[in-house]
Amino acid sequence: MIDILKFRLGYGRQTVAFPDGPPKFPARFRGRPAVDPSRCTDGCTACAEICPTEAILAPGTASMAVDLGRCVFCGDCAAACPPGAIRFTDDHRLAARAREALVVRGDEPVLAAALDGEMRRVLGRSLKLRQVSAAGCNGCEAELNATGNIQFDLGRFGVQFVASPRHADGIVVTGPVSENMLLALRKTYEAVPAPRLVIAVGACAISGGVFRESPVVSGGAEAALAGIPVDLFVPGCPPHPITIVDGLLRLLGRLG
Amino acid sequence: MTGPIHDVRPRASDLLETWNGEAVDARAVPVHPVSRFRAIVLEALAGGGRLAALFGRPAEGRVLLTAVLADDPEGRLALLSTLVDGAYPALSAEVPAAQGFERELAEQYGVRPEGHPWLKPLRFEPPLRPVRDAFGRRDPRATIPGEYPFFAVEGEEVHEVAVGPVHAGIIEPGHFRFQCHGEQVFHLEIVLGYQHRGVEPLLQGGPDRRSLALAESIAGDTSVGHGLAYVKALESLAGRPPPARAMALRGVALELERLANHVGDLGALAGDVGFLPTASYCGALRAEFLNATAELCGNRFGRGLLVPGGVRHDLGAAEAQAIAARVRGAWEKSRRAAGLFFESPSVRARLEGTGAVSRETALALGLVGPAARASGVDRDVRRDHAFGIFRFVHVPVVTADTGDVFARAWIRLLEGERSAAFVASQLENLPEGGARDPLGPLAPGSLVVSMVEGWRGEIAHVAVTDEAGRLARYKVKDPSFHNWFGLAMALRDGQISDFPLCNKSFNLSYAGHDL
Repeated sequence: MIDILKFRLGYGRQTVAFPDGPPKFPARFRGRPAVDPSRCTDGCTACAEICPTEAILAPGTASMAVDLGRCVFCGDCAAACPPGAIRFTDDHRLAARAREALVVRGDEPVLAAALDGEMRRVLGRSLKLRQVSAAGCNGCEAELNATGNIQFDLGRFGVQFVASPRHADGIVVTGPVSENMLLALRKTYEAVPAPRLVIAVGACAISGGVFRESPVVSGGAEAALAGIPVDLFVPGCPPHPITIVDGLLRLLGRLG
Repeated sequence: MTGPIHDVRPRASDLLETWNGEAVDARAVPVHPVSRFRAIVLEALAGGGRLAALFGRPAEGRVLLTAVLADDPEGRLALLSTLVDGAYPALSAEVPAAQGFERELAEQYGVRPEGHPWLKPLRFEPPLRPVRDAFGRRDPRATIPGEYPFFAVEGEEVHEVAVGPVHAGIIEPGHFRFQCHGEQVFHLEIVLGYQHRGVEPLLQGGPDRRSLALAESIAGDTSVGHGLAYVKALESLAGRPPPARAMALRGVALELERLANHVGDLGALAGDVGFLPTASYCGALRAEFLNATAELCGNRFGRGLLVPGGVRHDLGAAEAQAIAARVRGAWEKSRRAAGLFFESPSVRARLEGTGAVSRETALALGLVGPAARASGVDRDVRRDHAFGIFRFVHVPVVTADTGDVFARAWIRLLEGERSAAFVASQLENLPEGGARDPLGPLAPGSLVVSMVEGWRGEIAHVAVTDEAGRLARYKVKDPSFHNWFGLAMALRDGQISDFPLCNKSFNLSYAGHDL
């Protein structure tokens, strides 16, 4: 017991400064890409040709954009573009309320809007979520787990992952939703009492990611839960825990 | 029909000898009649060999079955094939370690292994060629993993417990069906397949721009392990080994992956027995290793580091020293955090004797990685089939002999110790030179077995190229493929309340199994 207390005293505070202070990322961290088509060389589409998920739209034109819903943040496009028409910033804020908002042009931040007043009143200070891994590779799952550890400590904001959909205010879907998980995902959603949220975490859950061309997956939460709107998209492969926390806090209107 | 009596010992010409990462002429793999194939495989396995892979691919309207036999002490691999159609006498009746491979063959190619003791769908994937379903299902595409012929125990006071596919935590999906008498588990059946994404067919026809990202997503917690097996396979086929500096950096990333997962697992085990100090510390310390990986390449799971031909990011001397110091510091703390756990008598009492897997069972099931080593099975690809940097720098292999949860936990601590020392010393002495070479085209008509010791154990990829040098077949084997059955056996005659702890002590991949 003495040893445990001694270790604890020497261990110090582990919780990250975010959101009160700025988050820290390693030098090579790839956050939101910035797009500057004016730097494109005439007729060059090298970035799009190398992209594993066809995330680059209208390459080489004035309307060039990166779809964060597909992007796996591998950085190949930026490496293939010496003039720097695409480069990765260290901006961790990537989550959005609408699928279209994930298509980024220029160098503008992506900020998820808050829920409307009534939903915010009900869920703003206590949000319980049921996670459903639907063919996720355990990358997004691992980062969702990490949001609950003593570093990111999602619990301090009243957000918690719960064991039963009956106790939840929404589901967090990861993975491209395999055919074999379709029924289980729908049943889990139906078991959550209304009003209920759907949150898609990771490129797979948003667009199918690298599996989008597979005939045995649905291509993400929106496609699998046809007709049920997704309330928050959190891009990444996998998203950094701080990106997930940022998205959830913005959804709850708790980050300005 | 059963196999012949093993009257003839295999001759050298019966097998094509190769080793980890050597590309061979695919046509040079001897093709035997089924009975002869079976006899040679059984003979080799009886002589201490191990079935590292068994997979099919279409040929001449039939299915060409290829076995990869591993001779671990000698560091050699051997290949042989047979053509089958419809049905053939199963190996699994005599070699339990073949059970998953043969169920996979039945599912993918409609080839029925006659006499298989446990012939049930493996991952509920649609067949890779139009065939009659080997399990007699009318529409295999329409069936999902829940529709499964469970083994059921009948009797007074016998009851079933069903868990999953959606689990209580943030965990991948799978279904566990327990046959219990009170608390005692008579039998645990594990049904997987919920995670099936069709990885192998997506890799076929490559390499293309998507392939590497796919390989890194086979199991997200093993991005470096599977990614490395993939790039290594390509480099072998192209005949272009990566520069020494890239080998060292890859070794560092692989061992950081092992450290992050082993430390995370120790924390998770502590959490499961309610020992919260270690659960909290290890949860945070795991991040130290993930963040060190992100210093290498920008991603906490090592995605974007590997590339066929080398690594995408090199390190400056100061950066390398800084990461080395950080890893040393993080390990020092991890060792102390784990020490609190292992020194607590109540923790030891909870772990010791729980979920024991005997050495005989581990050998019969072909267990790999820490799960095998905890049961006294001394195998590790880094030593037995050394690849990359491990051909020059040896990481000592650790074994235990009790095969229980304690042994599986303790192995992780000891392995972490050696991995941390390896990472720090490599970063402090990185070889000079470049970190990436161009790849070049892949050799046509070739086959390569590419193995890596991931943190869960042996990862084996087998790549076969067509006449144009494209990937005609890409076979993936995650260590979990063998080890899930080990978990089922760990529970036999145990207490159902020990399941979470046993499960955590294996911590297997669902996605890696389901592909």
